[in-house]
Amino acid sequence: MNKNLRWKVITILAVLVIFFGIGVYPILAQRYSLPAPGWMQAKQLKLGLDLKGGVHLVLRVHTDDALRITTTTTSEQLREALRNANVNIGAITVQSPLAFRVEGVPQDKDAEFRSLADQEAATNYERSSGVGGSYDFTMKQNIERNLREQTVVQALDTIDRRVNDLGVAEPTIARHGNQGDQILVQMPGVTEVARAKEIIRNTAILELKLVEAGPAPSREALLQSRNGVLPPDMEVVTGAAQPNSGETGTVYFLVRKVAAVTGRDLRGAQPSMDENGRPAVSFTLNADGSRKFAAVTSANIGRALAIILDNRVQSYPTIEGRISNEGRISGNFTPQETADLSLILRSGALPASMSYLEERVIGPSLGADSIRSGVIASLAGLAFVIVFMLIYYKLSGINAIVAMVMNLIILIGMMAYLGSTMTLPGIAGFILTMGMGVDSNVLIFERIKEELAAQRGVRNAVNAGFSRVFLTLLDTHVASLIAAAFLFQFGTGPIRGFATTLSIGLLTNLFTSIFVSKTLFELILSRRPATAQQPQTLSI
Amino acid sequence: MKIFNTPNFNFVRWRWQAIALSLIIVLAGAAMVYRHGLPLGVEFEGGSMVVLRFEQPPDLQQIRNALATGMPGGDDAIVQSYGETSQHQVMVRVSEVGAESGGELSRAANLVIDTLQKANVGKFTEQSREVVGPVVGQQLKRQGTLATILALAGILVYIGLRFQFSFALGAVAATIHDLLVTLAFLVFFGYDITLNVIAAILTITGYSVNDTIVVFDRVRENMRSMRRDNLEHVVNVAVNQTLARTIITAGTTLLSVVALYLFGGEALRGFAFTMIVGIISGTYSTIFIAAAIAIMLQRGKPMKGQSAAAATPAERTPRRRARAS
Repeated sequence: MNKNLRWKVITILAVLVIFFGIGVYPILAQRYSLPAPGWMQAKQLKLGLDLKGGVHLVLRVHTDDALRITTTTTSEQLREALRNANVNIGAITVQSPLAFRVEGVPQDKDAEFRSLADQEAATNYERSSGVGGSYDFTMKQNIERNLREQTVVQALDTIDRRVNDLGVAEPTIARHGNQGDQILVQMPGVTEVARAKEIIRNTAILELKLVEAGPAPSREALLQSRNGVLPPDMEVVTGAAQPNSGETGTVYFLVRKVAAVTGRDLRGAQPSMDENGRPAVSFTLNADGSRKFAAVTSANIGRALAIILDNRVQSYPTIEGRISNEGRISGNFTPQETADLSLILRSGALPASMSYLEERVIGPSLGADSIRSGVIASLAGLAFVIVFMLIYYKLSGINAIVAMVMNLIILIGMMAYLGSTMTLPGIAGFILTMGMGVDSNVLIFERIKEELAAQRGVRNAVNAGFSRVFLTLLDTHVASLIAAAFLFQFGTGPIRGFATTLSIGLLTNLFTSIFVSKTLFELILSRRPATAQQPQTLSI
Repeated sequence: MKIFNTPNFNFVRWRWQAIALSLIIVLAGAAMVYRHGLPLGVEFEGGSMVVLRFEQPPDLQQIRNALATGMPGGDDAIVQSYGETSQHQVMVRVSEVGAESGGELSRAANLVIDTLQKANVGKFTEQSREVVGPVVGQQLKRQGTLATILALAGILVYIGLRFQFSFALGAVAATIHDLLVTLAFLVFFGYDITLNVIAAILTITGYSVNDTIVVFDRVRENMRSMRRDNLEHVVNVAVNQTLARTIITAGTTLLSVVALYLFGGEALRGFAFTMIVGIISGTYSTIFIAAAIAIMLQRGKPMKGQSAAAATPAERTPRRRARAS
């Protein structure tokens, strides 16, 4: 064996050992409980959701919600500023999530209005020139874009905290699609789908607002004392009547639009009991929230404070003294609901509402079935190909089989090393790689046969077979890689797994079919040098 | 061992008949799509699908009746057995989804489960569920179409760079042929077009081009050594020279995909079927269609090594970059 050839063989063996160690051995070790060091197990081939079982969700964040809140807040601030400056105007109406309109600005107050409006709204909104005392304010485009982006990022963070709080191992939470407002959530191993979905989606906007009137049995009754007119800085919210309050069914409250304390001021929340021993959620406030809460409670002793969750009044305790840093939400909860609600409140409110666009649930037993049939199909494919190659190419068939098996080992090792995920279509890619790997060898072997038929001698025939086919192989692999690249771009999850497996398989195949297979031929020919009596032969 | 001893079939002579046969298959497929629409999977069409595992062998007709009477739109539900019969699995698909607002999306799927739980069809557990709203469906449909078109365009450009442009067109025409024939067979055999099937179709594009490149590479090589022969003859020799390879590689890949079809389980059956048809069609188009189209497109242009040889000696042009114009 010459030196050059020896190095080639050593390289091949080293590659084989390394990739076997990274990819195949950990799987065997786990299955048959063989000893394996920790670093080896940490790098194990990852299984996709379709093989492991779990939940795959796609949500859309309604970023319009966040824009509407900003627009409403700005318009309310402007209203407040105008009132303080004694500028009387007709009306302020929110036209869309992006725009509000001020009407009836008196001629003599026009300059004053403009300066106030610029103060309050100029950073985020474009003001129209104003015709007949009516002004339109439209959110600037870059502000809109930033706000939408910020909303999705915030939602992503919140969902991330909630899913982690649920105790899901290795979840995927990521931006999805090309619209920019979709979020993908994958939770392996989760089976309580309905609960997980509800926890993720719950906006959980908590607001504590002073009650100006109510509870009343109807909206009309509530506004009776104000001649049926809703004051501009107030709003009507509903809730369930509290027990022992003499009211039944849905009751109505008139509350201040501006909240005393919101969910943003929370420091923590945990399940607890109320004074009647019913499940409740206790919360503590951060420094900023405590200051605000102390100011409001000390100034309003004896009045009711509505605790509003997602626009519904949960309870309306009377303020009995100055409270600074803690409070309690009681209502008609089960213990499970208080646990979930605390989790959601701790993780923070979502900046906008969300809806589900796609939902896939794969039961763990279905995933296990897929793995089993995938393994059986791979082994069957392997057996078919091995039998065929041995019959058709005789001893040279062994070369092709060694190259193919090595290709599969490198493929598994490479995927484990790169942290790629094996999916169900990925298994198909694996089996396909087998077929395509043999394809390259067949191309080479057929060429060698042709060259042998032309009586050029064994060594020359082998060399010519490999060198002439090299560029063809390159062309075919590049063409397939192009298709795989677009496939990778196109899909998430399973399809991406397929594209990854196929791409890596194509690359490793170039190595095994050209380098490994050729070295094997050289090895065989070096063992049987030609003699004068007996010319070299090749079993092909 | 050899399957052919110096094969010398006149494939090029049969090109018109081959094109006619392909056209018939594709047109028949198109007619079926025109009448019944393209059968799309849940992920593209939108809808709800659940897989249920029963404790006892399920009675599909009973399940259909229960759905038809128990829920609105239930008479349009598709009820099929899923996977091996010993697993007692049933797939139920309805075209409805809940509204894409709030947490309503899976309402239709829940309704299917509730209806069957109330009806007397035997005990079952839910194995998997797939609910896709129209937004995601549209998105996937657009992306799938785009990915296929871009992959084809990418391959066209690559072959255009490596070979003469008429060959690139021939290869892509052969690939489109394989896509259409595969789609036609999917329709004939009632397979839904799912994400996995799209993956298989894109793999077919790569595979089909693979095959074609091998033949074209041979044609290019022969053009140098067989300058006096006409193009039909050169192409025909190339097809014959690579015939054993074309058939064997198709055979080995086919073997592995058949294993997938037989043992790979229900979820990969559509994928495996698509691959089987695609590989057979790819082999057929490599032998009969690709070269035929290249010949048609090439005709009328001077061939490298004939008139072009006078201007630029073929020996001087770099071996691989050589391009006739």
